[in-house]
Amino acid sequence: MSQTDTRVGGVEAPPTLGGGRRPYWTSRRRDQLTGYLFIAPQLLGSVVFVILPLLLVVWYSLHEWNVLAGTFDFVGADNYAALADDPNLGSVLRATGLFSVGLVVLNLGLALLLAVLLNQKLRGTIVFRTLFFSPVVVSLVAWTIVWGFLLQDNGGLNGLLDTVGVDGPNWLRGEGSAMLSVIVVQVFKNVGLNMVLFLAALQGVPAELYEAAEVDGASRLRQFWRITVPLISPTILLTSIITVVGSLQVFAQIAVLTQGGPGTSTTVLVYYLYQQAFQFHHFGYGATLSIVLFGIVLALTVLQWQMRKRWVFHES
Amino acid sequence: MKPGKSLRLTAAALAGVLALSACGGGDQAGDDGPASLRMTVWSANEAHLKLLNEIADEYRKSHPDVSAIKFDPLPFENYTTTLTTQIAGGNAPDLAWVFENSAPDFVSSGALLPLDDTLKKAEGYQYEDLSPATLKLWQDGGKLYAYPFSTSPFGVFVNTDLLKKAGQKTPAELIAAGQWTWDAALAAAGATQRATGKAGLVIRDFDYKGWDNLSTFWAGWGAQAWSEDGKSCGFAAPEMVEAMTTLHKAIFTDKALPGPGTTADFFAGDAAMTITQISRASLLKDDGFAWDLVPLPAGPKGPYAVVGQAGIGVLKKSPHADAAADFLAFLTNPTNSAKLAQFFPPPRQSQLTAETLGKTNPKLKPEQLQKVVVDGITSGVVKPSHAGQAELSQQVRASLDPLWKPDADVKAVLDGVCAKIQPLLAK
Repeated sequence: MSQTDTRVGGVEAPPTLGGGRRPYWTSRRRDQLTGYLFIAPQLLGSVVFVILPLLLVVWYSLHEWNVLAGTFDFVGADNYAALADDPNLGSVLRATGLFSVGLVVLNLGLALLLAVLLNQKLRGTIVFRTLFFSPVVVSLVAWTIVWGFLLQDNGGLNGLLDTVGVDGPNWLRGEGSAMLSVIVVQVFKNVGLNMVLFLAALQGVPAELYEAAEVDGASRLRQFWRITVPLISPTILLTSIITVVGSLQVFAQIAVLTQGGPGTSTTVLVYYLYQQAFQFHHFGYGATLSIVLFGIVLALTVLQWQMRKRWVFHES
Repeated sequence: MKPGKSLRLTAAALAGVLALSACGGGDQAGDDGPASLRMTVWSANEAHLKLLNEIADEYRKSHPDVSAIKFDPLPFENYTTTLTTQIAGGNAPDLAWVFENSAPDFVSSGALLPLDDTLKKAEGYQYEDLSPATLKLWQDGGKLYAYPFSTSPFGVFVNTDLLKKAGQKTPAELIAAGQWTWDAALAAAGATQRATGKAGLVIRDFDYKGWDNLSTFWAGWGAQAWSEDGKSCGFAAPEMVEAMTTLHKAIFTDKALPGPGTTADFFAGDAAMTITQISRASLLKDDGFAWDLVPLPAGPKGPYAVVGQAGIGVLKKSPHADAAADFLAFLTNPTNSAKLAQFFPPPRQSQLTAETLGKTNPKLKPEQLQKVVVDGITSGVVKPSHAGQAELSQQVRASLDPLWKPDADVKAVLDGVCAKIQPLLAK
């Protein structure tokens, strides 16, 4: 790039006067082309693999698609009308809500607790940080399969409980315990990531604020609520959005551990739309369910983003 | 940046992308080059694949127009889902193995190529030799849409070492004494579990999810999942309630079967007995435990047999559908059918003798083959299958779940199953 080209993208060049003939490839056009070429691979990727499929899902949801027979018939809003008559949808949404609430509360609560504990200047904290973070880098399916073995009726967890004289439940076969198990497996998988984000935020809180609070006679708990929480609130917002969105997309754990059972107690929305599309061959209805999911994720994210003004410290 | 220009550029980029993605599919149709065939199978077993590959290699020697034949094993648990996903994604195989539980869906869908003409025309094929009973599931409107590649009766594999260790009579002894009944089998299984700590009897692939495998049990009571015409639910019928009550007691009171959430692999020596198909004999190790294969025990309704079926169909969408059908005719001709018989009992009447089966089946004795395979195929009922099986199956699984608890009310749960699936059956 020549030395005179110091403009940054988006800054308008001063209009040239006189209207004389100029070569087509002005430096501005060249810059633009360079810019587009730089983003082309990424743009191409997201158009082909993200935007196009997203639009296709909307298109599919207006059709009845029988894969085996190879038929693809336009049915208008029939699939959307079918949502109202679906006897399973209520229990599916309940299970999805239960999973999300359980996951968000447990994950954020535990991550914050761990971050506060591991933020102390004590020996061995680095070891524990590593230990809690390591599941994040483990393959999700491998992690889940191992937990599947541990949670079996004659598995590791009940064996452990047995040694202290507790007769553990059949974790993945009871309606309540199956949901709890799936949530806890997911919490342990990802709590390390949120913990690291919280740790980084905690270390950004100026120490003199605590000193001042101590001089004023504030208790540790009061310091936490009045200083720590407000100052790390942007991180709380970030982690809660990531966790909520992630919780709504849970699939692998359900597919590996419970296949939606027992009964339909762990059939969450993504697993249900997988069943409808790929197992029952109702691809149109499956696409409709994924649009419902999209709507829910969008609404929740917008809601959280709006609410940030009420409680996130740095924003005003 | 001026909006007009940026829009134009974006549009140009999009058009390029669309053109690119449009080129992605659809360029296979009408391909005249040498055919490369792909067949999806459920088994990744080395012995199975070796034999299939040998037959394919032989075929290619005389058919230079076929450049490659690939057997693509898909995991058993998600086999049908994976297959239909491949079809939906425009990546359909040329030939596909189809299980009996999805047979009605595949056969009636029009996705498969009718095979009658190709098979009848093939040299030395002897189409009339195919047992009509085995073809029934794969026919629609008088046309055959898949070849019944494996008609495999369920039998009981027995770890005789484990039973003897527990001081139990072996099934062979019970058969000789005319006492091979479910009562005796469950008693022996329970006693072995208590004596050795290993599992008693495992209904393979059931695992409290694959409920259609329980038909190997309840058929002894004369129970069935739904009526012959597929219109009315059979779960709440008295014989089903009786069968399931017996099963429930065997699981939760007598511990004759491993409970839910407990895995036990017979072929690893973890169980005294397992109900499965003859094709699983390949999992037995030569230097492993002493074993036997016996027919299913008699139920209150007397002796009975249950068969599982799998067919091979040719996908109509395949650009090489004709070549694929021709290969299928070769794969299942009398010579190759006899070779394949060691794992997959053929539908050919002339080959359904203990003597023929024994030649290629060194692991099994003629008497075992006669009793389990030959008698089983001629008298057996096929595992339940129905159009829309996947959805039906999921509903049955979900509504049967409450049964797998020690304090379950069997009758109430089974009534619940019928309440759930009757609307689907009536469709």
